[in-house]
Amino acid sequence: MSESADRIPASLRTEALEQLLTERGLVDPKVLDTIITTYETYVGPLNGAKVVAKAWTDPSYRRWLLDDGTAAIRELGYLGVQTEHVVVVENSATSHHVVVCTLCSCYPWQLLGLPPSWYKSPVYRARIVREPREVLSEMGLELADDVQITVHDSTSEVRWLVLPERPAGTENLSEEQLVPLITREAMVGVAKVDAR
Amino acid sequence: MTVPMDIEGPAAPPRSNGELVFAEPWESRAFAMAVALCDAGAFTWSEFQAALIARIGHHDETSSEWCYYSHWLGALQDVLDGQGTVPDDAVTARARELAQRPADHDHAHQHR
Repeated sequence: MSESADRIPASLRTEALEQLLTERGLVDPKVLDTIITTYETYVGPLNGAKVVAKAWTDPSYRRWLLDDGTAAIRELGYLGVQTEHVVVVENSATSHHVVVCTLCSCYPWQLLGLPPSWYKSPVYRARIVREPREVLSEMGLELADDVQITVHDSTSEVRWLVLPERPAGTENLSEEQLVPLITREAMVGVAKVDAR
Repeated sequence: MTVPMDIEGPAAPPRSNGELVFAEPWESRAFAMAVALCDAGAFTWSEFQAALIARIGHHDETSSEWCYYSHWLGALQDVLDGQGTVPDDAVTARARELAQRPADHDHAHQHR
């Protein structure tokens, strides 16, 4: 793209591109509307939360999920574009996993919805690898010095999902009752799940 | 679309912990165009992703503010231009035409 073309506002370039693609029969604006609604409304972190709640309440599913995340998640019907191959890592009192994509912003959409802006920011992508304990602390997650932190860098092939620790005080909750407690941040590994 | 829809269940809380996923409407249109074209087989996801990685890799902090979806849009244009599907010149020409509209114009995609 030429320098002068870059100065055209992105909103106009987007509208121009949509018109040209529509005229060529390559996209249908109604299909675009459906995609937007889907990702804004239906494909939130809910799918990931259901996977986690099931793992917390079903020991054999938990083992399967950690052993072969792709198969265990496919079983629930949550795989597709951007989430072809998923590896699940489990957080515990002594071991903490956190996910980043240093190259772009690879993210398991089908499980967590669209990535939040902090995940896409150059600052998070650069710093979480170099100084994870400090970055997590700045994001409100204080980890003791003896907790081992592992940072997972997404690639075009692998998407990571963090299985957070089930919080104390939730022993009597059902799978359905656990789902609303599980946040996107906990499944990326920048927060813990609160019993609330 | 290959995305399984799931709207039942105790839906609200995990979704409401999110922020707005798109800062401006054009971002959602640019996002959806890439997904739709990939779904339709116009290009593969890895082709688009490579273009996006290249765009983000060339981001110059000193000259422009960080905007993820402007890189997304740039990557989409790069792929379509590279294929000859929609040349950049055509996009630029059309965008300049659109810029000439009177201020009270109707946004085509909002009323279709």
